[in-house]
Amino acid sequence: MSDKQAVKNKEPNIVAFLCNWCSYAGADLAGTSRVQYPANLQVIRVMCSGRVNPLYVMNALQQGADGVLVSGCHPGDCHYMEGNYYARRRLGMLKDLMEFVGVDPRRFHMSWVSASEGHKWKEVVEKTVEDAKEAGPFEGFRRRQIDW
Amino acid sequence: MTDKPKVGVYICHCGINIASTVDVEAVEEYALKLPNVKVARTYSYMCSDPGQALIKEDIKEQGLNRIVVASCSPRMHEPTFRKTIEGAGINPYFLEMANIREQCSWVHEDPKEATAKAKKLVAASVAKVRLLEALESKEVDAEPATLIIGAGIAGIQAALDIADAGFKVYLVEKTPSVGGRMAQLDKTFPTLDCSACILTPKMVDCASHPNIELLSYSEVDEIGGYIGNFDVKVRKKARYVDFDKCTGCGDCAKECRVADRFPNEFDMGMGKRSAVYLPFPQAVPAKYTIDPESCLYLTKGKCGKGPKCQEVCGVGAIDFEQEDEIVEFKVGAVIVATGFDPFDPSRKPEYGYDNYPNVITGMEMERLVSASGPTGGKVMISNGEEEIEPKEVAFIKCVGSRDASVGNEYCSRVCCMYTAKQAHLIREKLPDANIRIYYMDVRAFGKGYEEFYDRVRRENVRYIRGNPSEIFKKGNKLVVKVEDTLTATPLEDEVDMVVLGVGLEPRAEMREIMDLLRLSQSTDRFFLEAHPKLGPVDTATDGVFIAGCCQGPKDIPDTVAQAKGAAASAMIPMARGKVMISAQVAEVNEATCRGCSFCVEICPYSAIEMVTVNRFGHELEVARVNEALCKGCGSCSAACLSDSIQPKSFRDSQILPQIAALGAMR
Repeated sequence: MSDKQAVKNKEPNIVAFLCNWCSYAGADLAGTSRVQYPANLQVIRVMCSGRVNPLYVMNALQQGADGVLVSGCHPGDCHYMEGNYYARRRLGMLKDLMEFVGVDPRRFHMSWVSASEGHKWKEVVEKTVEDAKEAGPFEGFRRRQIDW
Repeated sequence: MTDKPKVGVYICHCGINIASTVDVEAVEEYALKLPNVKVARTYSYMCSDPGQALIKEDIKEQGLNRIVVASCSPRMHEPTFRKTIEGAGINPYFLEMANIREQCSWVHEDPKEATAKAKKLVAASVAKVRLLEALESKEVDAEPATLIIGAGIAGIQAALDIADAGFKVYLVEKTPSVGGRMAQLDKTFPTLDCSACILTPKMVDCASHPNIELLSYSEVDEIGGYIGNFDVKVRKKARYVDFDKCTGCGDCAKECRVADRFPNEFDMGMGKRSAVYLPFPQAVPAKYTIDPESCLYLTKGKCGKGPKCQEVCGVGAIDFEQEDEIVEFKVGAVIVATGFDPFDPSRKPEYGYDNYPNVITGMEMERLVSASGPTGGKVMISNGEEEIEPKEVAFIKCVGSRDASVGNEYCSRVCCMYTAKQAHLIREKLPDANIRIYYMDVRAFGKGYEEFYDRVRRENVRYIRGNPSEIFKKGNKLVVKVEDTLTATPLEDEVDMVVLGVGLEPRAEMREIMDLLRLSQSTDRFFLEAHPKLGPVDTATDGVFIAGCCQGPKDIPDTVAQAKGAAASAMIPMARGKVMISAQVAEVNEATCRGCSFCVEICPYSAIEMVTVNRFGHELEVARVNEALCKGCGSCSAACLSDSIQPKSFRDSQILPQIAALGAMR
């Protein structure tokens, strides 16, 4: 394995923001059901995905995360009626912006996991980790190459 | 609290649940090196009395003022530990939990990885706990009334219990009569009580109880507010019959120009009713209703020379001018008891339910054997050519249950027993009939169920283990194609009648109730309870409870037990007269608020308003939060351009250090 390859395959560090009512409960259910998934994702509990300020995502990358996940209730099922719609808008915009400023879009995921979807949570974690692994360690905000 | 934070970190072994994967001693050692941590300990069960005493002692003796408990999910024990630390004299909100069980030890096998992750989670919790603020929970008055949606046996039982305890109940039923599915049943297993005989007294009670306001033929339009203070809007649908004048004599139904032309829903479409109808003879309230979809006058604007019902009604109760009426009231709690739909066997076309009149469902069988049913209790069925008394009767179980092909993996829990009961009833009525039951397994789990199943087998009912693959017609018989899997024999049994033991499904209208009350569904699509074992009648929405089959298939004893449980839970805030409202609400820093009112637009609860303040002689508009309405979701905060509005316990200043702690540990 070349050095470059080794760096690429290094275990990524991922920060996840989960809403209390659906995704956090879904992740708890994965635990109760003893579903196994990669250990490199750490959860920060918020009451609603709508709480997640887009700056948190950038902040996590700045602070050393290689990938970020935000997960909430399914659209239409938000415990606070509309919070996940706000999250979807804001974070959708953020994802475009991140790509624009040169951050690999594989570093940022959004998902909708309900309180009964322990198995879906496993799949979401696996996908998030796999993508962040492929994107490699995050080395800060780079200048975008532009062909004039 | 201006004191410097002194943090205590308590790491739970949870027996071996955590300690077998996470090296708790290593986490303890690590925690001691974190900033502001004064004490770190491990213990076998932190939530036990001695575990909690350990924390209390340290708070008192070491002067700790912030506590981190690394154990199970905060959704499990956060309230426990809040109480613990409050008992030791520090603010209950100076607590942070690190979830190292559900989200660590149970989901990771590798001890090294799990331990590393547990350390990170503890570090993030310590980073946050230092910056938490003291909060005071507030109490508000609770309205001493309950709304119950659905008046089947669950809703009726809950209503009676609450009303008997002295609280007001609004019982809302969508159909013209209370009674629900249980009213449609003939006998109930395993005791063979007549269903109507045990139910109708309760139906009458709930209509006449001074504390129960029965809103039949009504639907809930809107529910706002929160535990203790829900605002409810109910639509009383127009019956086109004056409720107070109608005596229930039934002359209108007899004289209706389209009398006995429409399938009677109560008889599962097997009997007929008029456009003006009473769903069944014992209906409560005993008031007639005009079905706007079948009445000539209401659909065509014309009914002969004039509506006959109007002509014959001696008390002048028919009123075609009647309109829907909106009733508004306040309640402190809500119980959802909306019941189930029987599985529609058209979705299993191999059983020919749509093609053969002598293939019927279990619910239809209930009406067929009922003395008040369409045949007066005589088992007569059409074989496509003539009405016959069946000689060969077959039952098929698990139709629409335990069947992934129709999306229902769950067991419906009642079909084994109702099939056995119906076999017994057939045996009673047709002593010479040949009765076969095709089954996958027999689940006779309840009190007296196994004994009943034994009794039915002794009554010469043949249980054949096998799931029929097809039903087809041969002459005037039906052929059930099946393999007896105990003897590996393919069979083609010729029968006169097939009863499909259909399962229970969530109501088609689940979505409407979910949207009204912010409820969730579990994987089986029934309503999701707060905890499958310890919170079976609670939901994620405080003050909203579920009872009966809307939570999952269950028999009558379990339904009644759950209804009584839901009633008891609903009475807690009412009996106290007060409810605690969350202290974790948003707060505006009026000094930095720029008055843009983005947060006002975003708040789904209209909890934020703009107020005018005087700042150094200038009148300025700033946002202000109504704490009774705020639910602390924090959507406002993510939208605020100046970071001025922040949910307490989830402030930027509390979350950012968590992010930093996790990021730093790459």
